[in-house]
Amino acid sequence: MKNAKINVSKFNFYYGDSRVLKDITIDIPENRVTGIIGPSGCGKSTFLRSLNRMNDVILGSRAEGSVMLDGRDIYGRDVDVAGLRRKVGMVFQKSNPFPKSVFENVAYGLRIDGIKDKYFIEERVERSLRDAALWSEVKDRLRDNAFELSGGQQQRLCIARALAIEPEILLMDEPASALDPTATLKIEELIQELKKKYTIIIVTHNMQQAARVSDLTAFFMLGELVEYDITSIIFTKPSKKLTEDYITGRFG
Amino acid sequence: MARHAHKEKLIHGLFLLNGLLVVFLLAGIFAVLVKTSIPAFREIPLGQFLFSSVWNPTATFTKPSYGILAMLVSTFMVSVGALAIAIPIGVGAAAYLSDVANRHVREIAKPIVEILAGIPSVVIGFLGIVLVGPMIARIFGLPNGLNALNGAILLAVMALPTIVSLSEDALKSVPRSFQEASLALGATHWQTLVKVKIPAALSGIIAACMLGMGRAVGETMTVLMATGCSIKMPASFLDSVQTMTATIAIELGEVPYNTTHYYALFGIGLVLFIITFFVNMASDIILHKYQRVMK
Ligand SMILES: Nc1ncnc2c1ncn2[C@@H]1O[C@H](COP(=O)(O)OP(=O)(O)OP(=O)(O)O)[C@@H](O)[C@H]1O
Ligand SMILES: [Mg+2]
Repeated sequence: MKNAKINVSKFNFYYGDSRVLKDITIDIPENRVTGIIGPSGCGKSTFLRSLNRMNDVILGSRAEGSVMLDGRDIYGRDVDVAGLRRKVGMVFQKSNPFPKSVFENVAYGLRIDGIKDKYFIEERVERSLRDAALWSEVKDRLRDNAFELSGGQQQRLCIARALAIEPEILLMDEPASALDPTATLKIEELIQELKKKYTIIIVTHNMQQAARVSDLTAFFMLGELVEYDITSIIFTKPSKKLTEDYITGRFG
Repeated sequence: MARHAHKEKLIHGLFLLNGLLVVFLLAGIFAVLVKTSIPAFREIPLGQFLFSSVWNPTATFTKPSYGILAMLVSTFMVSVGALAIAIPIGVGAAAYLSDVANRHVREIAKPIVEILAGIPSVVIGFLGIVLVGPMIARIFGLPNGLNALNGAILLAVMALPTIVSLSEDALKSVPRSFQEASLALGATHWQTLVKVKIPAALSGIIAACMLGMGRAVGETMTVLMATGCSIKMPASFLDSVQTMTATIAIELGEVPYNTTHYYALFGIGLVLFIITFFVNMASDIILHKYQRVMK
């Protein structure tokens, strides 16, 4: 695929002895939204977490095969994993703000990068919160502890936190699962906005949402990539029976 | 339903009883201390007791003097010194065990650390005399190494097992999701430890340090053996000192019953009680304030 930002090939992932990703080969284009759908437990989160090596922290896990980002294997020797993760931001399935203030949550990534300039940080925090459609709700509560925000606000805070360090790729694991329809809509609009600058990979359980936001859609099942195509094709004339059954809700 | 309510009431009552018992015991101890030390203050001016550094109750040719300031300062030096040594080492070791060490090291190291907590204070005091003392003497070129520094080191050693073990528990109970969030933003393990894990575990770590020190400060035997037993105003950590607890322990056995000296020793006990009470209250307030900020 031309313009591929990420090329995954023959990728396998194991938790101990159980193989949860099986020979995944997929190319993910730059500045597009790629949706990942599939039944619970099929390995969507595991796949996402393989793209920023977040699975490294899980004892006994093992990756095989290659994931090329801009032509370089992220699992290669002497890869700077922290640097990789700055490039490949992530919003987790369960929102996980730090037990710090709203402001400090968003500023965290900047501070650990050694940025000291107060005005720069303030400006970036505000912009990230605006981008995550949260600014108007928290602009007077920046010093409050993040845990005092509602679940949906916490999730958007996590999005703002990921945006603050301006990654190139944004991995989003069901970013809208805890949001009401209005906030979900905001996030979806945000995603459309963000894809001008970022390459986005989003996991979702919501078929309509996948159809609305993603340019391409990958369907996973039992650790395998069943089908991967332009979203409209996946949702209107998928080539695999499994995909069709899943899309039409014949199993879940 | 009714049975349930009865049970609830019973349990509630039991807990209330427990709480009241503790309060009564504390109040009782306080009352005894006050009652027994009052006669001392009929003889000793309060100003002398608190602000004089001359403790000489058995003076025969001059007037006996009952100043506890030197002991107070000594106690403070030994305790603070011990904290200064034990907290960085203890928290560092806990961080190592929870974050760096692999599972095998942790599984072996943690029980060993916990066994260390059971070593009797006399043994630690003995080590202070035969091991730490000579080392301090050699390093600083002193005739002997029985001084405040020695006491502080030994108390730190005694506090360490508790601090390490409980801090490690606190660090381990920090949700993995905080750690992942930090790593996902490009933080190193070290940054994650310092900026996320330790702050998130801080209330537990503070509690660990308090418990560790509480245990160590109560250990009269160790400081008695290792600090050189000299009641004069210490000028540095290399001076011999005698803490308040040590004074009580040494002198209470020999003092004639119902003398001013006897009552004065209870007066020291009262001061200790008050100090302990306020230190505990202060750390409680700090802890609560901190937890509020964290929540
Ligand atoms: N840390 C782990 N250790 C062991 N097995 C794991 C771990 N995390 C996930 N798994 C297993 O790997 C498989 C894939 O899990 P994963 O979380 O990737 O699924 P998912 O597609 O994201 O599911 P969901 O839609 O419910 O979030 C599951 O069978 C799961 O039980
Ligand atoms: Mg998942």
